[in-house]
Amino acid sequence: MKISHNETIHLGASEDISYIRQKVRKWMVELRFSLVEQTKIVTAASELARNTIEHGGGGRAQLIVLTDNGRTGLQLIFEDNGPGIPDLELALEDGYSTGSGLGLGLSGSKRLVDEFDLKSKPDKGTCITITKWRLN
Amino acid sequence: MGTGKNSKIAEIINNSKEELLENWLKEQKKAKAQHTELISEGELRHRSEELLSLFVRGCLSGLEDTSTEAWSEMRDFLSSISRNNARQGFSPSETATYIFSLKQPVFALLRQELSNEPDALLDEIWTVSKLLDSLGLHSFEEYQRGREEIIERQRQEMIGHSNPVMKIWEGILTVPLIGTLDSERTQVIMENLLQKIVDTESSIVIIEISGVPTVDTEVAQYLFKTVAAAKLMGTECIISGIRPQIAQTMVQLGVAFDDIMTKTTLADALQYAFKQSNLDIVQHQKRA
Repeated sequence: MKISHNETIHLGASEDISYIRQKVRKWMVELRFSLVEQTKIVTAASELARNTIEHGGGGRAQLIVLTDNGRTGLQLIFEDNGPGIPDLELALEDGYSTGSGLGLGLSGSKRLVDEFDLKSKPDKGTCITITKWRLN
Repeated sequence: MGTGKNSKIAEIINNSKEELLENWLKEQKKAKAQHTELISEGELRHRSEELLSLFVRGCLSGLEDTSTEAWSEMRDFLSSISRNNARQGFSPSETATYIFSLKQPVFALLRQELSNEPDALLDEIWTVSKLLDSLGLHSFEEYQRGREEIIERQRQEMIGHSNPVMKIWEGILTVPLIGTLDSERTQVIMENLLQKIVDTESSIVIIEISGVPTVDTEVAQYLFKTVAAAKLMGTECIISGIRPQIAQTMVQLGVAFDDIMTKTTLADALQYAFKQSNLDIVQHQKRA
């Protein structure tokens, strides 16, 4: 697996969410992802960036272009140093929310991507990695 | 050295003001500090002359710090230049270079006047350099603030103009949503909509979202809240313009628009609204 492109975006305020949406959309257009794939990943990025800001107290997102055996994929890593998620299974349940949202951000994002990895340690922070491979 | 009591800067500059101004204007031209198409030569000369006198006045009152009261006139003058630059389309470097381009002619002048006192020369150059640096930074910051004001004004205008609620038929309203929805915008939209419902006594609202690029759970929640508020006032909402890629994303995300009427296009929504209002569209046959 090779990394051909890499950029880190600071996530601090809600304005950064629309910034990352634009950025992800631009990268996916350049990588020739289909419109449906673009929409799915942009939406997932929007959800996870909001989680990083609202629950993680801010953090960063890393955009990575991967190439693997002729496949092209976009990987996004959302990282914060917030309180962490105490119960991962519960957090991934539809409709569960500690805030006032719909409780679909995390579970829904997982369904929108090809690979989803969630790591969290109490008081250390949370790191979520999502990957979408382009359908050729 | 105290507050530069021994400094002759003000005196030296004042004595050679004409010469310095000419050299500065030449330097500005060389450094392309100002777009010549954006400002006339006479205007530039007038402005530079004014700035030079303010600089001398500032030097007379204190050489340590340009943030003091004594320098306030100079700062204000620079602020207005920088903010105008931001509005007129000058670049940030052009704005900063304007002040920085004064260094070379002042240094040359000091060298000429203090050629026999190398220590004093060094001190004076250091002092002037520090003053001009801080003034340069000040003009840069003001330029930035000018840009921010423009952005904020445009943002306010957009919030005001981009959420029209329109009556398209007796009892039928439409809200075409365009761009990114955040909580502030949604609040404005909801308020406008509810007021318009009262004003027009409408019973049906079509919310058209084909201009919204991303619908995530937050946007969905905003839509639900708007629909719920309208419903409390006895008005039915139809959401139209859900594009195929958004529909697929919504399904996977798990957002269900269960109790809300949705239509693909605004035309479909309007047809449905007519039906709800017991209105028929009749096509007349052409008379022979």
